[in-house]
Amino acid sequence: MPGILELPASEIVRRVKLQEISVEEYIGECFERIRTVDPKIHAFLTLTEDDAMVRAREIDIRTRRGEKVGSLAGVAVAVKDNICTMGVRTTCASKMLERFVPTYDATVIERLKAQDAVIVGKTNMDEFAMGSSTEQSAFGPTLNPYDLERVPGGSSGGSAASVASFEATVSLGSDTGGSARCPASFCGVVGLKPTYGLVSRYGLIAFANSLEQISPIGRRVADVATVMDCISGHDSRDSTSVKTGPTSLRSHLIEDVSGIRVGVPKELFGEGTDEVVSKSVWDALKRLEGLGATCEEVSLKSLKYALASYYIISMSEASSNLARYDGLRYGFRLEDEDWDWSEAFSRNRREGFGPEVKRRIMLGTYALSAGYYNQYYLKAQKVRTLIRQELSRVFKVFNILASPTMPILPFKLGEKLRDPLEMYMCDFDTVTANLAGIPAISIPCSTYRGLPIGIQFMAPPFREDLLIRVSYTLEKSLRLDLRPAV
Amino acid sequence: MSGRIITSEEVRRLAWLSKIKISKNEERRYLEEMGEILEYFKMLDEVNTEGVEPTYHVIELVNVTREDVAQQTSSNSLLEIVPVMKGRYVKAPRII
Repeated sequence: MPGILELPASEIVRRVKLQEISVEEYIGECFERIRTVDPKIHAFLTLTEDDAMVRAREIDIRTRRGEKVGSLAGVAVAVKDNICTMGVRTTCASKMLERFVPTYDATVIERLKAQDAVIVGKTNMDEFAMGSSTEQSAFGPTLNPYDLERVPGGSSGGSAASVASFEATVSLGSDTGGSARCPASFCGVVGLKPTYGLVSRYGLIAFANSLEQISPIGRRVADVATVMDCISGHDSRDSTSVKTGPTSLRSHLIEDVSGIRVGVPKELFGEGTDEVVSKSVWDALKRLEGLGATCEEVSLKSLKYALASYYIISMSEASSNLARYDGLRYGFRLEDEDWDWSEAFSRNRREGFGPEVKRRIMLGTYALSAGYYNQYYLKAQKVRTLIRQELSRVFKVFNILASPTMPILPFKLGEKLRDPLEMYMCDFDTVTANLAGIPAISIPCSTYRGLPIGIQFMAPPFREDLLIRVSYTLEKSLRLDLRPAV
Repeated sequence: MSGRIITSEEVRRLAWLSKIKISKNEERRYLEEMGEILEYFKMLDEVNTEGVEPTYHVIELVNVTREDVAQQTSSNSLLEIVPVMKGRYVKAPRII
């Protein structure tokens, strides 16, 4: 393994600026690595090698001339394929968008490019971000770099697997109910879901717009902080973007948790939780106590209802958001027959969407339909209020909350594909943060028989700084030596 | 109707409302899977939400407005992604 690919983002930037490494050489090595590893794990759907090499050479020329380069100069970034990239196809891992080429960049892509990051490709995912294993991709699954018989988690499976296997230095995923934290946990990397509204959703292809946020993924806490500081902050093109400047999370990479009060909701260690996972998380919490934090169990009764509430709301929003895919202006369209519009759209959608997407659109339609609206959709939104209220009460006592990210270890391919509800249950610990709009992070805390285990921290809105500080301290103390099998 | 939350007829109607054509086999599969999922959702019935306001969005949403000024876009690249064209027009299926 070439050492340059293992460097943290900030170290790459430092050496690029000092001309100690050439961006062309480093990006070239990334693609070498991709050619070796990706046939085994299938993290990428599209590679942007030509464009990346051109940009790399440009940055090298500018540093040689002594010109100023950006805060991510040269850093190789992999981007989830539901984030629009101008001129580069963006498929959402769906047959529906197989040939869709956006005519504009998402705001996060503009910001990455403005800071001289280099995009190496678009990563695999569950179709339209609906899934927890990346098995629902229309273009075949991504495999876990730690065990090729197991799933990488989802839906941002490609983004997490690419970073875990050193194909890219950092990546962007998206997180609607755990879609960045779940694969981060299963692939032994760090994933941060920001406070709702902190990162622009302009150019993120919508699945459930009141829940989702673009989320950075990296091998270290510092890398995630570095990317957040680049992509966060107000964007007038997104009406759900909060009026605040970019974060300065790098200044919170502090090894100190003294006085931090950690609440541990026992509902998130429920009956579906693997004992190995529980024990690893508690071991990590004891370590934090040793470093000066206090950890205390707490009961949050409303969390029992978070999963049902989350799925009703996300499916309802999905049924509305995905109504635009009729195959007319873009997307999948069958050969023209003499069908009327209803028949034509219904056939395009039947062929263009995979089974999980269809299931969720139909269930969302059900929850929003006359006669069921009050019982499902409205009820779920009220339960969401109760969850938010309970969280805001508990955050008066505790600075952050801790739990497993995933209740189980990475599972084998196909293991949960036949039972959708069993797959949904995997999200039990992650959906709460999306319902409440609060930030949450997953970082590796242990391994079991070579498989990574993640711990999750949640904080009050806009307190990413606390997540970064606690995660950074734990990461430094644990010194895990994570090595993928590929 | 005993026990069953959702019927075959409702699954067919949902498919029609969602504009997704489904086969007989899919209908049977969705009936079973959706029944199980909706059964799980029913747990919300036990939560007392009297007098509780719904949270449609976690932040205050404000309309964003701007001057309506025409901007140059590449109509060619936009039209390149249209699956079926007739001349310079997007070909739509018949309405009736």
